[in-house]
Amino acid sequence: MSYCRQEGKDRIIFVTKEDHEAPSNAELVADDPNDPYEEQGLILPNGDINWNCPCLGGMASGPCGSQFKEAFSCFHYSKEEVKGSECIDNFRNMQECMQRYPELYPQEEDKESSQAEASSSSVSAAPTEGSALPPETDSTPATSTSESAVSSDSTSLIDNQTAS
Amino acid sequence: MLKCRTVWKKLAPLARASSTVCRQNVRRTGNVTLTCVPVAHMSTGPAGGGRENQLYVLLVGAACVGGAIYTYRTVKGDNQRYQDRIDEISSRPYKRATEEPPSTVIPFFLVPSHTPYLLIGGGTASFAAARSIRARDPGAKVLIVTDEPDPPYMRPPLSKELWFSNDPSVTETLRFKQWNGKERSIYFQPPSFYINAEELDGAENGGVAVLTGKKVVHMDVRGNKIKLDDDTEISYDKCLIATGGVPRNLQVIERAGEEVMKKTTLFRKIEDFKSLDKVSRNIKSITIIGGGFLGSELACALGRRSTEYDLEVVQMFPEKGNMGKVLPEYLSNWTTEKVKSEGVKVISEALVKSVVCKDDKLEIKLKDGRLVKTDHIVAAVGLEPNVDLAKSAGLEVDSDFGGFRVNAELQARSNIWVAGDAACFYDIRLGRRRVEHHDHAVVSGRLAGENMTGANKPYWHQSMFWSDLGPDVGYEAIGIVDSSLPTVGVFAKATAKDTPKAATEKSGTGIRSESETEDTAISPVASLTPAPNVGQHKDEYGKGVIFYLRDKVVVGIILWNVFNRMPIARKIIKDGEEHADLNEVAKLFNIHDD
Repeated sequence: MSYCRQEGKDRIIFVTKEDHEAPSNAELVADDPNDPYEEQGLILPNGDINWNCPCLGGMASGPCGSQFKEAFSCFHYSKEEVKGSECIDNFRNMQECMQRYPELYPQEEDKESSQAEASSSSVSAAPTEGSALPPETDSTPATSTSESAVSSDSTSLIDNQTAS
Repeated sequence: MLKCRTVWKKLAPLARASSTVCRQNVRRTGNVTLTCVPVAHMSTGPAGGGRENQLYVLLVGAACVGGAIYTYRTVKGDNQRYQDRIDEISSRPYKRATEEPPSTVIPFFLVPSHTPYLLIGGGTASFAAARSIRARDPGAKVLIVTDEPDPPYMRPPLSKELWFSNDPSVTETLRFKQWNGKERSIYFQPPSFYINAEELDGAENGGVAVLTGKKVVHMDVRGNKIKLDDDTEISYDKCLIATGGVPRNLQVIERAGEEVMKKTTLFRKIEDFKSLDKVSRNIKSITIIGGGFLGSELACALGRRSTEYDLEVVQMFPEKGNMGKVLPEYLSNWTTEKVKSEGVKVISEALVKSVVCKDDKLEIKLKDGRLVKTDHIVAAVGLEPNVDLAKSAGLEVDSDFGGFRVNAELQARSNIWVAGDAACFYDIRLGRRRVEHHDHAVVSGRLAGENMTGANKPYWHQSMFWSDLGPDVGYEAIGIVDSSLPTVGVFAKATAKDTPKAATEKSGTGIRSESETEDTAISPVASLTPAPNVGQHKDEYGKGVIFYLRDKVVVGIILWNVFNRMPIARKIIKDGEEHADLNEVAKLFNIHDD
């Protein structure tokens, strides 16, 4: 059973697991997915890419930012059978740029192939997920994990192209 | 300058003396008006007073020569004394580490005369703004000007993770291994991320350049330009002021003299971390004055070292318990006990009356008569926002909270925005405030960057903060968390799984604010102590949620040893609704689950 105590202006309630089993009847205000003030996810309500999404880390702002933006935009708007198949030049430019900054864009081969499947599927799913799930992101700038995740995704695309 | 003044002071009576002589002589000859310069009259005196004139010339000449000789001797003497003093100072043992920071210093040779985006200050807010600008304005050229020698870095690890590192070279590398095994540097980006300042203009795709070791001393808002301490002028289109702040000091310490100041650390920057690390290894006792976030974190970090280095760690503050201004009293008391168990000698309700240096030891006398003897002091008594530019720029400074006064969009005036610790902004939901937390610097920096590129968004996404006091006590908080507000706390009993360590291991994340985006972060667990006391005692505040109320509306929430639920907390604050039963609201957090 829950137990309650008052210490001056502060109230203290101790609850057991059973006390909290029943679903809450607290009412929350419905969110407006198109609220311009809200933090947006990777994909904006109008379908554009949110380059300022913390999930991208430093990809869009670093030295290879413009190459990354071109490659990713091309992929995003691609209507081809194999999505992004016409973007191979953009991705190659991006990869060349990234190879010039190994410190920023670590080229770890093994990690890439295992992350490739995971991230490529998540990236393609992103447009549908983006608006429904605004990530509460206050992250500090990039870490190597997110960067390698997205870069590995792009390299995997190139691998796919060459394979097919 | 001082030399001139002293010289002038010495010459002045001489000058006066010689001029009186001249005037007297002039009067005697009787054919000049007193308004004229005496010496001139000497040379144009009447023929009749020729011999007298010669005498006067001789006298004045002698006086001048005498004055010159005297001046020369004094200046030489002063110079000698100055040189002796300089030699003496340089012979003193260095207080700070004198090693050059590893290749993170960005060399520059030329400073651009104009930059589209100028960011004053090279901290977290500035970096977040730079990133935001680059993301939104393709090819943007961003110039960061900082008076520190380092490029932008994150501050939380300086009082947390870096202290728990087992790497002996951590003061050089400034890298720390997170509990999920991933290592990272405190620098946001390695040097290769930035371009050189002189290349900024010509960079085809733009970039971010950092000018280190330069201070902005003057801001001309009408002319849209700033002046550096070396007189270089840089004009801008849009400017961000992210100057942060300077640690406050206790008046008693400032007045106590140089001997005491030498043994006092005001902790904020990388160099402070390096020097404190060094000092703490070589002394027997250290005292931290201040019971807030920084003071408590440092006390716990040093407390953990106390056994290893035979170091006595004392923490003293005027409140009744640690985090007394943040946590409700019952929780503050409980936290203080935890801090004590980290090896810290806590002296609460302590007001420092005086500090003296005796026999190379510091003696702190408290108002109630208690005496504390220690080797070194760390003063963690708050931050003074840096508003040096307010005067020249004509910017408003807030009298309640300090800092530059800006609107909800973080704008001070046209083309000038302020973010981070120095910004006193209007929060549409919670009212005017100034926030000194890392995540706020990121959020506000990012927002300022967005608004500098035309977004016009108000401060809406509420920033959070966190603190860990040892392996058993960790919390995340959001909104206005002031212990003077009425609170409602809903607690469950903690299990072994509810510790900061467990939280990061599970989510594989590092910095707490990033755990919401599945990115790296860190948790400061060094010892492998077993689970916290899962006693039957009713008053064990193992884990729970604490709501802070203002006029029956929740304005702040602390998640006590409950992690990865910040989005729910943020939503509740954003709604700003009056909830009849906060226990029902607490249910939303599932505090009993992992």
